[in-house]
Amino acid sequence: MGMTEEAAIGADTPLLDIRDLRIQFRRGSGPPLPVLDGVSLTVNRGETVGIVGESGSGKSVLSLSILGLLPGGMHIGGGEIWYDGRHPLHRMSGREIRALRGKEIAMIFQDPMSSLNPGLAVGDQVTETLRLHLGYSRREAKEHAIRLLRKVGLPRPESLFGEYPHQLSGGMRQRVMIAIAVSCNPGLLIADEPTTALDVTIQAQILDLMRTIREEDGTSILLISHDISVIADMCDRVLVMYAGQILESGTIDDVFERPLHPYTAGLLRSIPTPAKKNSPLDSIEGRVPAPHERSAGCPFASRCPHAVERCRTEMPELVAYRGNHAARCFLAETEGAHRHAAV
Amino acid sequence: MRGMRNHSLALGTLFVSILFAIMLISLVYTPHPPNEMNVRERLQAPSARHLLGTDNFGRDVLSRVMFGSQTAFQVGAVSVAIGLAGGFLIGTLAGYAGRWIDELLMRAMDALLAFPGILLALLLVSVTKPSLFQTMVAIGILAIPSFARVIRAGVMQHKEADYVKAARGLGAGNANLIFVQIVPNIASAIVTTAALNFSTAILIEAALSYLGLGVQPPDPSWGRMLNEAQSYLTKSPWFALAPGVMITLSVLGFNLLGDGLRDLRDKSN
Repeated sequence: MGMTEEAAIGADTPLLDIRDLRIQFRRGSGPPLPVLDGVSLTVNRGETVGIVGESGSGKSVLSLSILGLLPGGMHIGGGEIWYDGRHPLHRMSGREIRALRGKEIAMIFQDPMSSLNPGLAVGDQVTETLRLHLGYSRREAKEHAIRLLRKVGLPRPESLFGEYPHQLSGGMRQRVMIAIAVSCNPGLLIADEPTTALDVTIQAQILDLMRTIREEDGTSILLISHDISVIADMCDRVLVMYAGQILESGTIDDVFERPLHPYTAGLLRSIPTPAKKNSPLDSIEGRVPAPHERSAGCPFASRCPHAVERCRTEMPELVAYRGNHAARCFLAETEGAHRHAAV
Repeated sequence: MRGMRNHSLALGTLFVSILFAIMLISLVYTPHPPNEMNVRERLQAPSARHLLGTDNFGRDVLSRVMFGSQTAFQVGAVSVAIGLAGGFLIGTLAGYAGRWIDELLMRAMDALLAFPGILLALLLVSVTKPSLFQTMVAIGILAIPSFARVIRAGVMQHKEADYVKAARGLGAGNANLIFVQIVPNIASAIVTTAALNFSTAILIEAALSYLGLGVQPPDPSWGRMLNEAQSYLTKSPWFALAPGVMITLSVLGFNLLGDGLRDLRDKSN
């Protein structure tokens, strides 16, 4: 790595910079299927970026690709993933990328019930990462682990240290997962549906905890969720994913108050609110097309109430309209955004 | 409290404890030296001097039966250790690597299992000089497939678990994933398999020694004692009874222990 390249890394270099990432799924025969189709995104230092999308939109694959954890059969077919301007995650070896996992980039998984090892005491699971990355002795690791358990708001951390996951509630387990994730003070925290498996009240507590950690440690967060309210609550910017592409991106206010894409508008309309009581819920008919069902045109065309002939044959580009507010839709250009506005 | 209803576990633990106690006592005390011959007292019926009578060389049967428990435990422990070591290596490799490695190793295990155990042990012992060590190695090799299968199944099941994926996402390497994340979760299955193999080992050793291929004279072994007692079955049946009861008790004990442990595990899962 040359001096000039290093010198270019400054405070304004994005912490995570994904450029035109393509992930493919190789089948036994036939051409590989695109799972992610040219996704670009940046996460700046201290920023929280949300990714929202339905099941099958590719948001989890995106998060796994950052850590080199793609499931079998999937591989990076193009594009680049840069961490901190100097780690090319897309072409690093397994060993190199493993040194970053948990230390520089940590992940919080969806289900705290199954993400903790049932056969290991809570304390051992926290100290394991510390000893792995920071080379702590057993005693140092234990002291640090107890501090971490206290930091994430767990009661009586000393006795908790020797308890097993089945003795803990779901919220407590997710706190333990967060303690493990932040144990090495990572620069980037990837949270894949961190609150989906939890009760609403616990959800709010966990989000509060993530906010506290962000403020205390200056950690950047990439938050993946299908829950728009969680994203709106936590994030500075949001990307709307659909069928392996980004359909809309921008600040929370821009995207959720003035959506440019009919899909975003449809998502917002389908949130149940007290005002909509007794009237049937809005929903978007159909489902996300699977990789082998995608056609030449806009992936949302088959479900879009405003689709015109052009949408079915031609792929729209992701175009910036107001500042950083971008959308991948022909109609955003010609007919203006407010026609689709939900609220 | 569910463990309280587990009769297999209770009975198995009792039998094994009794045998273990006998083995411990025999290390420091036997009524007579086990290999001491006394031709004038040969083939005596049980008496105050010889509680279980004497054998065809006038040796004290009780002392020899007690001493034989050392052989049984030694054979069990060493062959289970060999089986566990080999089975662990093959099982984790097959289960973790998968694909053709799994296919290759498990077909090899199937081939090993296809032979009747005693036949393979006979082959292994007869191509070398019969001794206790050869016997233990032969029985240990026979135990490898059962450990390999259990460990492979456990590794395959747990390597796809969310917590293993989570640990991988936090930077854990393969060795760490296997030893720290997976092995503690299959430990109970391994212990169960070990108990069951312990009883098989004792049985095969007795069979080999009965055929004259295991423990060599004058060292006492239950199988060997049965062999010697055979000729005097009508004249002094107690001579055959003592080692027979010991073999039955130990095989039954370890089998019940293994079954009990498995029940316990199935219930807690």
